[in-house]
Amino acid sequence: MMTGGIDPVNRSALKFDRVSMVFPDGTEATLDVSFSVGPGEFVTIVGPSGCGKSTLLRIASGLLEPTGGSVEVDRQRLGYVFQDATLLPWRTVQGNVELLAELQGYTKVERQALAMAAINLVGLQGFENHYPKMLSGGMKMRVSLARTLTLRPPVFLFDEPFGAVDEITRMRLNEETQEIFKNEGFAGLFITHSIGEAVFMSTRILVMSARPGRLVAEIDVPFDYPRKPDLRFDSRFAELSGTVSAALREAHT
Amino acid sequence: MSKTRTPAIRRRIMVIDVAGPTLVFVAFLGFWYWLSYYGMAERRRFLVPPFHKVIQDGYLDWKNFSVMLEALWLTTQVALWGLGIAIGLGMTCAILMSQARWIERSVWPYAVALQSIPILALVPLLGILFNYSFNARVIVCIIMAIFPIINNTLFGIQSVEAGHHDLFTLHHTSRLTRLRKLQLPAASPVIFAGFRISAGLSVIGAIVGDFFFRKGDKGIGILLDQYAARTTTIPRLYAATILAGALGYLVFSLFGLLTRVVIGKWHEAADVPG
Repeated sequence: MMTGGIDPVNRSALKFDRVSMVFPDGTEATLDVSFSVGPGEFVTIVGPSGCGKSTLLRIASGLLEPTGGSVEVDRQRLGYVFQDATLLPWRTVQGNVELLAELQGYTKVERQALAMAAINLVGLQGFENHYPKMLSGGMKMRVSLARTLTLRPPVFLFDEPFGAVDEITRMRLNEETQEIFKNEGFAGLFITHSIGEAVFMSTRILVMSARPGRLVAEIDVPFDYPRKPDLRFDSRFAELSGTVSAALREAHT
Repeated sequence: MSKTRTPAIRRRIMVIDVAGPTLVFVAFLGFWYWLSYYGMAERRRFLVPPFHKVIQDGYLDWKNFSVMLEALWLTTQVALWGLGIAIGLGMTCAILMSQARWIERSVWPYAVALQSIPILALVPLLGILFNYSFNARVIVCIIMAIFPIINNTLFGIQSVEAGHHDLFTLHHTSRLTRLRKLQLPAASPVIFAGFRISAGLSVIGAIVGDFFFRKGDKGIGILLDQYAARTTTIPRLYAATILAGALGYLVFSLFGLLTRVVIGKWHEAADVPG
């Protein structure tokens, strides 16, 4: 059920094939979900709370075994940005960003170089020796992002990473993430329930129904990268948001 | 969020830190003198000698003081050995228990039982088994001090956030790496809290063991027992009691300091007074 690297035929970096998940207590989380994310694609899943969006990411990463269907992805090189920053409070920013490379067995020198590059990428220079308790929520999320970036994963999973930060910080983080995505060219699968966030960042949006989660709509987002903050006030942006919103409403009923 | 307090607030805390306890001490001393001179019935006044008499007999008379210091030193050694072994043994136990549910299930009832047996019930037995030796006293200390270590280490390890576990699981981390880089550091604030509790208990254990053995080398416990036996040594009883209390306080503070040094940089609650 797992193949190494990118599938050469249809060039998908991540492929869900009729994935269903029924938890032992009988809760049906997802039903028959199929889609793929190609390299350089940023796909966002939007859906109501509790529709099984996060479950899909846990299945993709191997933290959960689906009860039906399969996922194709190279799990050796998978980036996962959690809902919380999940920083280790006893490590400094530098130590936290180095963690994954450390767990993968890189040498100290390699680790430091990787961490430095990632810290620069998210704009946290000068905060290397700070402990997480001294950072704001947005900065913690940046550290979490940097930690994942160190391994240069070709596939990035984002589990509602900016849900807990304020609106202004969220918009800035959206812009920064979108820029890193453009420069790094990874395949991204992003989970959110914010329509604005979905339209601003994605190349494609998938709409999921309430539980058991099924994919009910697929909407392409045609805007070029890099996307400027002003895009949010463009009439085409509003129109597309309206389309997503309508699909969500329909999925709810 | 930020740890640094403003200088003004910090200064106020410094003043209260010194002035508060001093005030309490003065009040306590006042009560003591009142008790010595007026409070007690006349024929019972010898039971509460005035504070300066305690200082004179206990601390300024070198012959008496050196006996107390020697005994205190023995008690300190017993307490520190007991505490050290309790920490090593307790943490090993807890780590093993955290690694396999069946070990936890098998050992836990006995850890609780050890904690529940009144130590006084065990002292005579340990005394005859180990011939009232240094080791017998250390064992009393271990029994007193080990439970908070086991309990806190196990609880700390088991309380690691699920998200952190996921992070390590994604990178196929070995059990040992997970223990070293995630579980033990995450548990360390709780473990250190256990150390502080056990530090106090180990001193109590050392004195209690000593007191009830009444045999072997003289620790502060035996001394207390002897001083209580005669009216002329009552001031020394007070002096020795104060020393025993000071020892407990010192060991507790030492672990408070250790906590601040080791985890103070990242953990808020490590700012404990001590």
